[in-house]
Amino acid sequence: MRVANILHLGVKELRSLLRDPTMAVLIVYAFTYAIHTAAKAMPETLNKAPIAIVDEDRSQLSTRIIDAFYPPHFIAPVLITQPEMDARMDAGVDTFALDIPPDFQRDVLAGRNPVIQLNVDATRMTQAFTGSGYIQTIINSEVTTFLQGHRSNAAPAADLTLRARFNPELNTSWHGGVMEIINNITMLSIILTGAALIREREHGTVEHLLVMPVTPFEIMAGKVWAMALVVLVASACSLIVVVQWWLSVPIEGSIVLFLAGTALHLFATTSLGIFLGTIARSMPQFGLLLMLVLLPMQVLSGSVTPRESMPELVQMVMLAAPNTHFVMLAQAILYRGAGLSVVWPQFIFLALIGTVLFYLSLARFRKTIATMA
Amino acid sequence: MNGLSPVVRLEKVSLRFGKTAALERISLELPAGCMVGLIGPDGVGKSSLFSLIAGSRAIQTGRIEVMGGSMADKRHRSAVCPQIAYMPQGLGKNLYPTLSVFENVDFFARLFGQNQKERERRIAELLQATGLSAFADRPAGKLSGGMKQKLGLCCALIHDPELLILDEPTTGVDPLSRRQFWELIEHIRSAQPGMSVLIATAYMEEAARFDWLVAMNAGQVLTTGTPRQLLTQTGASSLEEAFISLLPQAQREGHQPVSIPPRQTESDGKAAIEAHDLTMRFGDFTAVDKVSFRIEQGEIFGFLGSNGCGKTTTMKMLTGLLEASSGEAWLFGEPVDARDIDTRRRVGYMTQSFSLYSELTVRQNLVLHARLFSIPEERIKPRVQEMAQRFGLTEIMEILPDALPLGQRQRLSLAVAMIHGPEMLILDEPTSGVDPVARDAFWQIMVDLARQDKVTIFISTHFMNEAERCDRISLMHAGRVLVSDAPATLITTRGADTLEEAFIGYLEEAAEEKSARSEPVTVDSTAVTVRGLSASPNRRFSLRRLFSYTRREGLELRRDPIRLALAMLGSVILMLVMGYGITMDVEDLAFAVLDHDQTAISRDYAYNLAGSRYFSVRPPLKDYAELDRRMRAGKISLAIEIPPGFARDLRRGTPVAVGAWIDGAMPTRAETIRGYVQGMHALWLTNLARQTFGSAANTGAATVETRFRYNPDVKSLPAMVPAVIPLLLIMIPAMLSALSVVREKELGSIVNLYVTPVTRLEFLLGKQLPYVALAMLNFLLLTALAISVFSVPLKGSFFALATAAFLYVICSTAIGLVISTFTRTQIAAMFATGVLTMLPAVQFSGMVDPVSSLEGAGAYIGKYFPTTHFLAIARGTFSKGLGFGDLKTSFLPLLIVGPLLIGLGAVLLKKQEH
Repeated sequence: MRVANILHLGVKELRSLLRDPTMAVLIVYAFTYAIHTAAKAMPETLNKAPIAIVDEDRSQLSTRIIDAFYPPHFIAPVLITQPEMDARMDAGVDTFALDIPPDFQRDVLAGRNPVIQLNVDATRMTQAFTGSGYIQTIINSEVTTFLQGHRSNAAPAADLTLRARFNPELNTSWHGGVMEIINNITMLSIILTGAALIREREHGTVEHLLVMPVTPFEIMAGKVWAMALVVLVASACSLIVVVQWWLSVPIEGSIVLFLAGTALHLFATTSLGIFLGTIARSMPQFGLLLMLVLLPMQVLSGSVTPRESMPELVQMVMLAAPNTHFVMLAQAILYRGAGLSVVWPQFIFLALIGTVLFYLSLARFRKTIATMA
Repeated sequence: MNGLSPVVRLEKVSLRFGKTAALERISLELPAGCMVGLIGPDGVGKSSLFSLIAGSRAIQTGRIEVMGGSMADKRHRSAVCPQIAYMPQGLGKNLYPTLSVFENVDFFARLFGQNQKERERRIAELLQATGLSAFADRPAGKLSGGMKQKLGLCCALIHDPELLILDEPTTGVDPLSRRQFWELIEHIRSAQPGMSVLIATAYMEEAARFDWLVAMNAGQVLTTGTPRQLLTQTGASSLEEAFISLLPQAQREGHQPVSIPPRQTESDGKAAIEAHDLTMRFGDFTAVDKVSFRIEQGEIFGFLGSNGCGKTTTMKMLTGLLEASSGEAWLFGEPVDARDIDTRRRVGYMTQSFSLYSELTVRQNLVLHARLFSIPEERIKPRVQEMAQRFGLTEIMEILPDALPLGQRQRLSLAVAMIHGPEMLILDEPTSGVDPVARDAFWQIMVDLARQDKVTIFISTHFMNEAERCDRISLMHAGRVLVSDAPATLITTRGADTLEEAFIGYLEEAAEEKSARSEPVTVDSTAVTVRGLSASPNRRFSLRRLFSYTRREGLELRRDPIRLALAMLGSVILMLVMGYGITMDVEDLAFAVLDHDQTAISRDYAYNLAGSRYFSVRPPLKDYAELDRRMRAGKISLAIEIPPGFARDLRRGTPVAVGAWIDGAMPTRAETIRGYVQGMHALWLTNLARQTFGSAANTGAATVETRFRYNPDVKSLPAMVPAVIPLLLIMIPAMLSALSVVREKELGSIVNLYVTPVTRLEFLLGKQLPYVALAMLNFLLLTALAISVFSVPLKGSFFALATAAFLYVICSTAIGLVISTFTRTQIAAMFATGVLTMLPAVQFSGMVDPVSSLEGAGAYIGKYFPTTHFLAIARGTFSKGLGFGDLKTSFLPLLIVGPLLIGLGAVLLKKQEH
């Protein structure tokens, strides 16, 4: 009979959710358009980087260099004067400002190794770093081509052939789309369960449930499966319709395996939601608590920046968060086509974290019941 | 009956909720200057009518004139609004539970523009008159039902209304408080003879005292007239009978007086409920003090007492919801155990406040509970049908409880409590707000259950005629049982005429005994003096009204130290986490080498990479299969393949290529790796050339000298910390301000916006201000943290930064307000704030990539989103040493967006319920 109770309580949760059309619209938005926008906003790591050039040489070579910058990596360069340069960089108009000195071409031809100054706004970390590498390469190759026929170059040559696996063109929308789904999965599952519990408390319905022949375990399990199902369906649709079809991102591995992982992740996050719901006394408190838990979980999970760059301690602590394992699992399955033989440790971790969180929240739920009524 | 022009005139007024008609073409004139009562069963449209008259709900069809003007006219509405007071149905629905009694009244006084002196005088008078003076500092949420109603009345009377609209003001209030309540109304009316009072009530004996009555049924008016006229018209002896005879034939048929066959007392009457010295303490307050009783199987046992005397607490202890501080209780001979599931199946419990699912329909609620009580699937449908018929729910099976009046909701609760045919019913004021006909029907069911099926019934009530139907009753006061016996015996012992008299006698005696400090129950008639209508000019924009909301919000925030602490500490913790955690520096990337050459040169190439801080070497690769496997598993991010004959080809000058495989799963990281590998490769070649050709080697035709400005070491911390501040200052303030409005919608106090002179703009700004202040405090804290803990110096103008932060938090709280206008539930508001602020703030505002580099909708959003501009200012002042002059272009958008959003919120917010 207990399984039936869990079923009925879950169906009730689903019905409640249906009664809030705004919520339904938001969920659809979060898993479709928001994913698409997030993915498409930055098609590549270096996209339309703003660059300005001070051309004090006005030679054939300097024109060549200016012409070498064009979309999509860079915007067509703006030609400015030296005094303008500082102002524009201060205002954050340009990330890069290139200063080609007078007599540059003459000095190059004379083998005097002139210096081009590249100013980079280093507050824009990623673009600054990647872009300056690109710019150096572009200038070097322009100068080299220009010199061909003028002089021969005798340095030993070994090429570097760079190939990116799994995403040959390093298309960021592949990454952005899926990571946005992951973020939304986590946020939605925590909000749905935790807020549903607080709502029941604020409306006095928990008290009502507690005099019925149902156990706290059944109440909790009902919420967990219903909300996890909603998020699971939303993420499956999002992955297949938005990511695979709309964004045409090739998915290497098995979607079924990924969804199995998602289900485990949801088990953990929905339990976490209930846990937060038992701690918060009101909805505003829950909202703050949510931010406090959700933001670090998302930022430090490895979906935004690589895990290995984080301090050791942070890496260790974050192993306790379900997100971390879910991000690893998602990257491995979806991009690298990894199978269960590779990602089983993440599955085990997620199952463990989920179980611990579930029982922790169940214990707290039982304990706080008296104060809810 | 009087010569005055009507205060309210209705012409063909209809109201529909979806398919259901609540009011059907009502035309009516209500006389001014007297007490007009609306009587009728539940759900006939009394409350809807009141909300229309009060201007709280928008008119659908028909014409409503109140005090000489149409209520459809916005100008007239805001003109008469200060002269109308509306007290909605439900105990303290429009009050704020965390505010004290005084603060609640004060809030309303400010909304009506009274100055401090006037406020203090009026509040003192009203509290004195209602006997609430002693409880001025008690939070409204901790008041008993009767006290809440009195407080609601104080709030309604604070501005000397000419029209007072009271929707079931005495429902759920004990007889003593009820008597005091009506005495109070009488005194106020004698002091202000011109005042018109509209009252809906379920108590017919109360209605008998009104000047003029409107009897309603099924959205239509049955008849109007004085109580005497109604009696003569129907030839009935009591108003209750008169009303029943006015009902249409079909409805009347079902009704018959409750007949109670005498109980056959069995000598071996087993105790169904037994309690011994049951005590409940909350802190140092004793809610229930050594209560003992014994209820036999099949007995109807009534629990009477003033509001807040401990009836509910006692019932909760019996159901196991609360654990008794001391004492014992037995159900069916077994000690009460909260974990005993089997006992729960044998008990039906109904709570005082409606506690069913408002998002499920009536049918869904019934079915859900039938299932949870394990009624076999095939019996559920007939059982639900049976309950629906018994409790008159058949017409409303597909409706949501929120759309139902109190009485019908109570009936639903009852049906739910009895769905599983329990052996015992514990009912906490089950008939509060239920109309007389339905109440009788309900009692007949209970009597049948008790007499035929031997169901034990433990019931609390405020209706004396119900108490008289009980086999035995207990009178409770201040946590103690005063007396316990059969109703008739109590009347004779007390020497009273009626049970009510006996009851009030016992209570007054107990109250006098108890303490001298308790308030005099008699109304001090001099307290309510005639007050000249205070000039409360109905200005279009009033700072006082605005600040009234600010004060209220601020008080609520102050009363919730956890929320405050979370808001302050939360952002600090988040900044620490993100400042240290978000790092674009890529270090210690795992790489492995597939060396086909195995020469000194090839090994030197690998050492070159391994020696940098960017890479850390892993065991070498044996073949492609291993390369594939380890990269797939994410063990290595980079694989270097050195071809066979690498050293030889290099010496000979034959073209040769080193292969580098990068894990592209994370494109940004892959780009960084690419940059590093390219750099290391070039460096290695240069060094090799130097070794081979000496320093004369040509190292290139031109040199690019890169100057990383503002952040010379290209470290994440100085770049990220100023960016985290805008991020934190949008999400938390937006969520808090959104919830502050939606909370009022969900909990009902939004009605104060509908019926008081406060304008939408005042309401929004008033709610926004405390959160702007909170966010500014947060800003100071975060800036201090950035400078001290993270050692990121603020190179530019602090004043510019602070000004920008101020404009920015106005924007972010305004975003919350806009979100609050289109969300109905707090859950949706929270999710909406998360979805609508997090993505734009993190991805589209230039935190990582500049806005000019974005594409599509992201670029468009980024251009206008306030975070973009504040981020530019934060970085400008922190890293670039700039001030006002340099950042003009970023200030302008912030200046425009904030007011624009507030305006949008004001336009979208509704001043009436639709």
